[in-house]
Amino acid sequence: MNITFLLNGETVELADADATTTLLDWLREERGLKGTKEGCNEGDCGACTVMVSDENGSRALNACILFLPQLNGKSLRTVEGIAAPDGRLHPVQQAMIDDHGSQCGFCTPGFIVSMATAHRNGARDFDDQLAGNLCRCTGYAPIIRATRSAADQPVPDWITDAPVTATANRFMPDSSDALAKLYEANPDATLVAGATDVGLWVTKGLRDIDPVIFLAGCSDLKQVSIDDETLRFGAMADMNTVRAAIADLHPSYAEMIRRYGSVQVRNAATIGGNIANGSPIGDNPPALIALGATLHLRKGDQRRDLPLEAFFLDYGKQDRRPGEFVEAVSFSRQTDRLKCYKISKRFDQDISAVCGCFNITVADGVVSEARIAFGGMAGIPKRATSVENALIGKPWSDDTVDTARAGFDEDFAPLSDMRASATYRLETARALLSRYFAEDRGVAGSVLEVQP
Amino acid sequence: MSVAKPLPHDAAHLHVTGAARYVDDIPTPANCLHLAFGLSEIAFGTITDMNLDDVRSAPGVVTVITADDMPFENDVSPSNHDEPLLTSGEVNYVGQPIFCVVATSHKAARKAARKSRITYDEKQAILSIEDALAADSRFEEGPRVYKKGDAASAIGSATHVIEGAIDIGGQEHFYLEGQAALAQPQENGDMVVMSSTQHPTEIQHKVAEALGVPMHAVRVETRRMGGGFGGKESQGNHLAVACALAARATGRTCKMRYDRDDDMVITGKRHDFRITYRAGFDDTGRIKGVEFVQYARCGWSQDLSIPVADRAMLHADNAYDLPAARIESHRLKTNTQSATAFRGFGGPQGMVGIERVMDHAAHVLDMDPVAIRQCNYYADAEDGGLSAPRKPAASPPEDILDPKKGEDLASRGAATEVRQKPGDSGAEGQTTPYGMAVTDFILGRMTGTLLKTSGYAARRDEIAAWNAENPVIRRGIAFSPVKFGISFTLTHLNQAGALVHVYQDGSIHLNHGGTEMGQGLFQKVAQVAAARFGVGLEAVRITATDTGKVPNTSATAASSGSDLNGMAVKAACDTIRDRMAAHLAERHQADPATVRFADGRVHVGEESYSFAEAAEYAYVGRVSLSATGYYRTPDLSWDRIRGAGRPFFYFAYGAAVTEVAVDTLTGENRILRADILHDAGASLNPALDIGQIEGGYVQGAGWLTTEELVWDDSGRLRTHAPSTYKIPACSDRPDVFNVALWEGENPAETIYRSKAVGEPPFMLGISAFLALSDAVAGCGTQYPALNAPATAEEVWRAIGRARGQVRS
Ligand SMILES: Cc1cc2nc3c(=O)[nH]c(=O)nc-3n(C[C@H](O)[C@H](O)[C@H](O)COP(=O)(O)OP(=O)(O)OC[C@H]3O[C@@H](n4cnc5c(N)ncnc54)[C@H](O)[C@@H]3O)c2cc1C
Ligand code: FES
Ligand code: FES
Repeated sequence: MNITFLLNGETVELADADATTTLLDWLREERGLKGTKEGCNEGDCGACTVMVSDENGSRALNACILFLPQLNGKSLRTVEGIAAPDGRLHPVQQAMIDDHGSQCGFCTPGFIVSMATAHRNGARDFDDQLAGNLCRCTGYAPIIRATRSAADQPVPDWITDAPVTATANRFMPDSSDALAKLYEANPDATLVAGATDVGLWVTKGLRDIDPVIFLAGCSDLKQVSIDDETLRFGAMADMNTVRAAIADLHPSYAEMIRRYGSVQVRNAATIGGNIANGSPIGDNPPALIALGATLHLRKGDQRRDLPLEAFFLDYGKQDRRPGEFVEAVSFSRQTDRLKCYKISKRFDQDISAVCGCFNITVADGVVSEARIAFGGMAGIPKRATSVENALIGKPWSDDTVDTARAGFDEDFAPLSDMRASATYRLETARALLSRYFAEDRGVAGSVLEVQP
Repeated sequence: MSVAKPLPHDAAHLHVTGAARYVDDIPTPANCLHLAFGLSEIAFGTITDMNLDDVRSAPGVVTVITADDMPFENDVSPSNHDEPLLTSGEVNYVGQPIFCVVATSHKAARKAARKSRITYDEKQAILSIEDALAADSRFEEGPRVYKKGDAASAIGSATHVIEGAIDIGGQEHFYLEGQAALAQPQENGDMVVMSSTQHPTEIQHKVAEALGVPMHAVRVETRRMGGGFGGKESQGNHLAVACALAARATGRTCKMRYDRDDDMVITGKRHDFRITYRAGFDDTGRIKGVEFVQYARCGWSQDLSIPVADRAMLHADNAYDLPAARIESHRLKTNTQSATAFRGFGGPQGMVGIERVMDHAAHVLDMDPVAIRQCNYYADAEDGGLSAPRKPAASPPEDILDPKKGEDLASRGAATEVRQKPGDSGAEGQTTPYGMAVTDFILGRMTGTLLKTSGYAARRDEIAAWNAENPVIRRGIAFSPVKFGISFTLTHLNQAGALVHVYQDGSIHLNHGGTEMGQGLFQKVAQVAAARFGVGLEAVRITATDTGKVPNTSATAASSGSDLNGMAVKAACDTIRDRMAAHLAERHQADPATVRFADGRVHVGEESYSFAEAAEYAYVGRVSLSATGYYRTPDLSWDRIRGAGRPFFYFAYGAAVTEVAVDTLTGENRILRADILHDAGASLNPALDIGQIEGGYVQGAGWLTTEELVWDDSGRLRTHAPSTYKIPACSDRPDVFNVALWEGENPAETIYRSKAVGEPPFMLGISAFLALSDAVAGCGTQYPALNAPATAEEVWRAIGRARGQVRS
């Protein structure tokens, strides 16, 4: 593919670039820029963080699972481009020195780029901004001190780049219409949205995935629309965008997304990819199913809609035909009764062992509607129908909840794996119903809300 | 003076600009080759057929090395010659290297390595502690036992007897920079190796063995590591040896770095332990006697497991004066990765054992957990231990055994000990279970201070009040002390060398045997050098560790880096300084002792010269401006078989109070606050020391909470990537995190009276585990017997135990 982007202020034009070379490999091996580090090669450590900017602003991304074509039309800054060309340090760099934020230094370039990006965006939720950068030496305390002390300093002018124009490519369609045509003609192609799954097929699975269609140019697929009736997310809406869009309407869902991956992962990962991959442990499907979402599929000029839960047929199997792609997902505006509970070994940036989403409506003390869906409990994201049935029409009370808890045995037969045992999964599912009920009664239900 | 200043890390500027070079960043020639191992897919068995045709014909492959292609030694063990680089017959764990691909790129090598077709005759693998005990699969002939008094009868006659067991999981190092090495072939068959290693001499030794050359034909250089934590003490041998072999075979520069998943599958980790205990207490909470049985899962080869297990025994007392103790240690051989060094080197596991006993006893006796600890402490030395009586440094006779041929004497795993006959240890007063007098104890006072600054008592009450009000979320708080022995327990490793040059322009070139892995050793040692010459730090250039400059080094391990190398550098600097002083004194007919080096100048009589002028005069006056320095730790004598003597030069101390919150429905938990008081002696650099403490605490807490290693029934490690193995992330550090240094000096004569600080703070994380136990215990009436790591699931199970329910 032919790609144009800015690298630390310099224009780079690549002709016939390999579509699945990662930015990290290109920087280190082709370009000799060794400042960006490889710590895991799978998006989990942030040592490879780079800053990518376009007309929508600047984002931190993991270079290890970013394919070169995804940079087409962007400007890129690596750690080498954070200080001024004359060597003057960026405020976050100086602060990291002054506050002893580096020990072995291997994580540091990634932190510097994450910090510089957060600084540029004026972000103050430091722990969240840095959740995707692992450090094994410092215990993070000095890094957070540095982040704080740099926060109020002005954004240096050298960090801002001029816009670039992307080079046109056949396999980088620029609209959903173009995509529809192209994919229908090439149904064996691999679609790449944010590449937070597909990237690992390449870096860890060592798979050849050609031909590849990149969706990044389809700006219409990134649209989020909210009106009085409906919320509709284009498939290419990234998780940070989704989080912001629902923050006021469904805060618990937004809080769950805060813990989904990291800033870097959420900047890349799309809601469409999270649905299309059919993963039983994806975090969006249970929430969306609980909200009663509809999936919008398209193949060529044909479109069809189906309830989201119907899309997931079996482990690894979805109701998607050759050449068909996810165009959007939508759900109705509703009073917020949704709670999303993500259970994992670590709070931030961890895949759920169990993700339980509850949407229970109570009218006059009686449960009028219940949609409960779980990830991590079956081969697909799945509704807890028995539990729902045991609740609907019953008084919203301790007794009802106690009785309904038994229904999980009918709904799920989870597996044991490295994330949790089957027993824990099942018992936790029950516990989460109790938590939902307790929270509804005003009892504090999350250790994250406890202050020292 | 440059010591005691909170100066930044020497490479901080390079770190933040991305200019600091790690092994994989070193420019290589365009024809550089890249290596990857082909790995075993079964845990135990023999290879019956190995078809590598598809590997050899894969794109980019230049050659493939198997055991048959190794011209000399096929061994990368740091101890027992039981670990071939490439196995040809027996396969001992899932992930064992079988062949090595040499290809034109890292990715080509990785791709090719997956194309082998190997058939095995698979046998029943020994995976668990139970498996190993049933098969009597172990290292050494039987369990080691250290004893003090008659523990069984002391327990028998005690008023309260507690009994139990704790499982303590292992830990992946997760150094951010994976293992890496680079070999550059030289003329005459010589080899230069750049390695991300804590032990360049070991790499040199192993490479020389594999190439069939003397050590002088191999030079190893290490500028820095992106983290080590013990994981690069012996685990880098494979990559360095493989690169050297491939470089020898191809005549080209060869590089190898493990992909993260390979790294986690191939390399050893912290030993997981099960510890069973029986202990007797009187009504006041005073312990009468204790028995521990420690089971360590060592993995398939010996590596450093023997000294690790020894150190676990040596820390079974932690801070407590045990009137009678019996510690039995089983070093079990299993078909898993060969467990290796990790910060604390067994000490943390041993310490968790006794802290569990105290926690359990406090629960049974219904005592405050701090009070029961205080009443069992060793007695504080008067005066912070400064004037504590100390036996004169009479060196006992040395009993130098004949080293075995090819013995790797510089390794902690060396089987041959240059043993000093302990004779009568002569220890008086309070002694450890291994008969060492504790003369520098300060935890009594440190504890008093920390309890006050952390507001422990009031917070305990507040927490009780909160717990009474909140049915779902409970809080817990706990205190734990650390007493950690400083020295290599293999006595002869306690030595170090340095090389210092002063150039005629007054600039100073500094080299020593220690390696930099982030701990700030280079900066501390440079501060020492600058202080000795009375110059600013800018005059000192710290250079990469290099076996060609300082030979026969010990691993940078056992927290010993600045103690040993600081002293060696001081000796080298003082030699040059004395020569310069003598020369100037002669010119000025002054007494050399009156020559002063300060403020970048050299003062002699009424005159003063810039340091550069003084260096130039010395050079012109034909005075040698280059010197080596050497240091060996005094006062050590240790018999590890009998478990008697003085293995440690001194102890380092610390104490922590941690508060946590637990969700009793799901077991989810988090640390709210930690208060730490740590003893770094007279700190060489308080900023770097506090960095070690903060980082050590978080790493220790991670070990005991979220970091869980899971193997499946066929011996496959399921947590082989950061997606499944969870080290603490940013928000896992305590919300409130107060760290202070204890004001004091090391009574032992160390460099500027500082104390080692690399490992001890790791064990402060135990307080987080105990705080979880505290929160959980309140859920019911039974002792919850929390196991480590206390993941949400384990906490949830322990809540069940506290309530008398079974939750498997
Ligand atoms: C470090 C890390 C942390 C993560 N943490 C979480 C987490 O906490 N929770 C969670 O749920 N997931 C997590 N993930 C998984 C991942 O982020 C999601 O599954 C993500 O949403 C996938 O979106 P993507 O745009 O990156 O998809 P891609 O990787 O680009 O594609 C994924 C799959 O979907 C297909 N696809 C993409 N878009 C479409 C479309 N429009 N139509 C049809 N098919 C399409 C692709 O062909 C591919 O098969 C994590 C991943 C990483 C690397
Ligand atoms: S290398 Fe770890 S996130 Fe990219
Ligand atoms: S400084 Fe070593 S990993 Fe962060």
